[in-house]
Amino acid sequence: MGLTFAEKILATYAGENKTIPGQIVTVKPDYLLTHDNTAAIIQKISNELKRYGIYSTSLPIIVIDHVIPAASEKTAINHKKIREFVRTFHIKHFYDVGVGVCHQVVVEKGLALPGKLLLGSDSHTCSYGAVGAFSSGIDRTEAASLLLTGKTWLKVPQSIKINIANHLSKGVYAKDAILHIIGDVSASGATYCSVEYHGLVDQLTIDDRFTIANMGVEMGAKNSVFFVDEVTKQFLQSINVKNSIYKPIANDEDASYLKILEYDMADIVPSVACPHTVDNVKTADSLMDIDIQQCLIGTCTNGRLSDLETAADILKGKHVHPSVRLLIIPASTQIFKQALQKGVIEILVEAGGMVLPPGCGPCLGAHQGVLSPEERCISTANRNFKGRMGSKEAEIYLASPATVAASAIKGKITDPREVMK
Amino acid sequence: MAIWKYNDDINTDMLFPGKYTYTCSTAEEIKPHLLEDLDQSFAKNVKKDDIIIAGKNFGCGSSREQPVVGLKAVGIKAVIAKSFARIFYRSAINQGLLLIESAEVVNMYKKGDSIRVKPEDGVIIMNDQSFHFPTLPPEIIDIQKAGGLLAYTRKKLEERN
Repeated sequence: MGLTFAEKILATYAGENKTIPGQIVTVKPDYLLTHDNTAAIIQKISNELKRYGIYSTSLPIIVIDHVIPAASEKTAINHKKIREFVRTFHIKHFYDVGVGVCHQVVVEKGLALPGKLLLGSDSHTCSYGAVGAFSSGIDRTEAASLLLTGKTWLKVPQSIKINIANHLSKGVYAKDAILHIIGDVSASGATYCSVEYHGLVDQLTIDDRFTIANMGVEMGAKNSVFFVDEVTKQFLQSINVKNSIYKPIANDEDASYLKILEYDMADIVPSVACPHTVDNVKTADSLMDIDIQQCLIGTCTNGRLSDLETAADILKGKHVHPSVRLLIIPASTQIFKQALQKGVIEILVEAGGMVLPPGCGPCLGAHQGVLSPEERCISTANRNFKGRMGSKEAEIYLASPATVAASAIKGKITDPREVMK
Repeated sequence: MAIWKYNDDINTDMLFPGKYTYTCSTAEEIKPHLLEDLDQSFAKNVKKDDIIIAGKNFGCGSSREQPVVGLKAVGIKAVIAKSFARIFYRSAINQGLLLIESAEVVNMYKKGDSIRVKPEDGVIIMNDQSFHFPTLPPEIIDIQKAGGLLAYTRKKLEERN
C-alpha cells in the first residue's frame, strides 16, 4: 500500500519509512510562523528564554501584520516588544509592519517550499499547500514550546482526495470553487484530515491555489496541498528560488483515502458564503436583492495582484454605489507596488476604492473598517462568523474579488457576470 | 454544577471575539469576554466544575487560545461534544482542558439530566448510565500529567541541561 502526501512527508520528518493515520510522530518543522501574537508568546516563556535562549535563530518567521500600524498604545507596546525580541535573539526572518500579511510574506519570500514542513500560530497557516508544503496551524502555547525546543508532536491524519474535472467558466474563480466545496462538505467535512487536490489543477495559478489552500481550515482540514507541477516551478523561478533547494513530495498512486470527492468546475457558478458560517453557501444570483454597505477586497485569501486586477477589470470606468464603502488591501507591499506600476490601484481609486496598508485590515474586527450593527459587508476574506468584523449584529458575506467588485457597483450582492457582459 | 448546552459549529469568535485577541491575553483579561457573542449569561454565571455540551465542530475557526485558556480558568470540568476542531483540540491538550468526543452523550442529553465525568477511568456517567470514552495516546498523557505543554517543555529542558 502506498502513502498519501501527509503519511509520506510526516514519515520523512519523523525519520521513518512510513507512517499510518492515527500514529503520533515527533517532528522538527522547517519554520515556525508567528505574528502580532509573538508578544503574548514570548511573555509566556520570558524566564525560559533568559535561561535557555531559543532553539534556532532561523526557525522563527515573525511578521507583524494583524493590527498595523498600531491602533492603540497596547498594540504599539506589543509591536515594540516583538522588535526587541527580534534584536535580542537575532531572529533571521523578521518582517515588520507594512511588509504584508504573514501568509503572503512567507510564500513571497520563498520560505514555504515544496516538501517543507511549516507550523504557525495562525489557523490559515494551511495556505502553503499552494506550493506543495505541509503546513498547519497551532496555538500560542505550542508556538512558545517550539521556540524553545524546535520540535512537537503531530498525529498522522487520514486524507481526502479531491479530483477537479473540467474548467471554471468565465466570471467564476478559485474562490467560488472553494466556497462551493466547503458548502458541499460542510465546515467540519474535513476535520482532522489532509486534503489533496488532483485532476485538472493546472488551470489554477499559484494565486488560485493559495486561495483554495488558505480556506482548507474552514472545512476543518489539518492541511491542504497541491502537488508540484509546471505552474509551481514557474512561480518559484519567478521569485528566484532555485529548484536545487527543495525536494517535492507527492502521494503514491495506490495510497488509501478516507474519501475521494469529484468536482466538475464547469458546474460551479459565482458563490457566496452567507452569515454566519462559511458553509452556508448560496449562488450569487440567488442573493441579488441584498443591499450592502461595505465591500472588502484583500486579506490572505484574496489580496494578490490577480485579485486586484480582476476587481479593476470590473470597476474600470465605473464608480462604486454611493451607499457603499470599498476597502482595498493589497496582501503585501510588493503586490501594492506591482498594482501601482500596472495602473490597477489608479483604476480602483478612481472607482471610489480606499486603499489600506498591506495587513489583515478589518478581517478580524480589530480596526480599519469594523462594522456597526445592521450593516452588511461583502468580503473576499475567509470567515463570516458572527461578530468577526465588529458588531455581532452585522452580517458578513464571503465571495470572489469579482463578485465583491460587481456588488460594490450595484450596492447589493451581484453576480459578476451581470456586469461583465 | 451547571451544564451549558450549545449547538454545532461553535466557533472561536463566539467563544472569544477576535477584536480582543491582541489586547487580552491573561486569564483575568479573558474571563469577562468568554462566549460574549454566543451567550452573555455564561461569563456572569459559570462556576467551577460546570460542564459544556455541544454539537459537532466545537471550537472551529481561529488558532487563538483565549477560549481554551478562559474555559480552563473559570474551571470548566469538561467539554463534551460530537466533535472538535483540530487546533482547538490541540490547544486543550496544551492547556490541560478536558475535551471528550461522545456523540452518544450529546444526542441523549436532555435538560435536567445529571452528568459526572471521571477522566481517570475514561467514563461519563449520565443519570445512571455509563459511557466510556477512549483514553489518549501516551505521548499526550505525558503532557497532561506534567500539567500542560509549557510545564512539560520546562521539565524536558531541565532534564536536558
